[in-house]
Amino acid sequence: MRRITTWMLSTVSALVLLFSYHTSTGSGVGSSAVAVADPTVNGSTEDGPGSSTGSATPTPEPTTPDPTSGAEGTYTGDAVQTRYGPVQVEITVSGGKITESVVTQVPWNDHHDQQINSYAVPILNEEAVRTQSADIDMVSGATFTSDGYVRSLQSAIDQANL
Amino acid sequence: MSTLEIPVRRRPEPEPPALARRAWVEHLMGTAVSVHVRTPDPDRPDIGAAVARVFAHLRRADAVFSTWRADSDLLRLQHGETDEVHAWLGDVTLLCLEAEERTDGLFSAWRSRRHGRAVFDPTGLVKGWALAGAAAHLDVLPDIAYALGAGGDVVVGAGSGLTGDEPTWRIGVEDPARAGHVVDVVPVRRGAVATSGSSARGGHVVDPRTRCAVVRPGSATVIGPDLTWADVWATAAWVDPGRAARLLAERDPGYRLLGH
Repeated sequence: MRRITTWMLSTVSALVLLFSYHTSTGSGVGSSAVAVADPTVNGSTEDGPGSSTGSATPTPEPTTPDPTSGAEGTYTGDAVQTRYGPVQVEITVSGGKITESVVTQVPWNDHHDQQINSYAVPILNEEAVRTQSADIDMVSGATFTSDGYVRSLQSAIDQANL
Repeated sequence: MSTLEIPVRRRPEPEPPALARRAWVEHLMGTAVSVHVRTPDPDRPDIGAAVARVFAHLRRADAVFSTWRADSDLLRLQHGETDEVHAWLGDVTLLCLEAEERTDGLFSAWRSRRHGRAVFDPTGLVKGWALAGAAAHLDVLPDIAYALGAGGDVVVGAGSGLTGDEPTWRIGVEDPARAGHVVDVVPVRRGAVATSGSSARGGHVVDPRTRCAVVRPGSATVIGPDLTWADVWATAAWVDPGRAARLLAERDPGYRLLGH
């Protein structure tokens, strides 16, 4: 099963980092690949897994069909040159899921890049987070009203810390 | 004469204290305001007092700028009932002018009407601006980190003493298509995250160029140093993502746009 796990828009000019990931479902073989694509160059990011340009190491080893096994560990994709500079992605796989994905190398062209990166580096974006809201400290979203708050994710996080 | 030896017990090096966490929530400005702090002792009285000042600051901003309360400074001024208004009204008016200029009109606090003169409604700027100002009450506290959120806008910072050692807050960006789900996580130690979209209230952002509400799925999130401008740029990016992205790169490269 293939899933496009992640989209990330980095830099204001829509640099898209695309991660594709094979789960261990079914075959029991864990494997992973990291692709970094620049949509303005390659033009077809929707079918990301097919248009992967970078790939990660290790070679998947066939294992017994055990969903908890799979390619455990941390994988670093190739550094890919984009028009904005080199981009490199690292993912951590645990229990057959991507638990973390980090951009380890981002373009640092000028002072402004460094300024923003020192304030806030938007580096995480993985499907895992959709089901791991417990790891979120605060929520940013379109304005909710006082009534809407009651059902909001923010409310759940607040309740856990009141 | 003998020397008395005094046994000296070496004190163990104090370990950095673990940060405990505490949250406060109040309903203000038509939404819920959440204050979270991380500090070794979250029950310190000066923290409670500062959090009370945060809420008081926002209550005051609501009393000055509310477009719902007939007794707000803004409405009494517009209705010609008074000339004596809070000085914040002047500050915000200037910021609104600057925001319109910086965004080439993608953000505008002046809503033009077909008949009659334009109505000044700074609501789109006030929330982010007020939260940024309220957060300053927490900036002066020793040894705390904080995250302050209201209606989907978040400002994160730390008081004195934690410089260089601030904990990271994971700010989840809500999935505009599925409430309660997160599409992205932004780790922030100091800075602001603002999101604009139509997921929670219907198309409440009006495109100043067409006077029509922006109605489409999705949302725009902007990350940067100051919530006032992150909020303004998120609104601009929701109105016209491509144009806002170009302007942002040109004029405010300290801010970063994420689209969902």
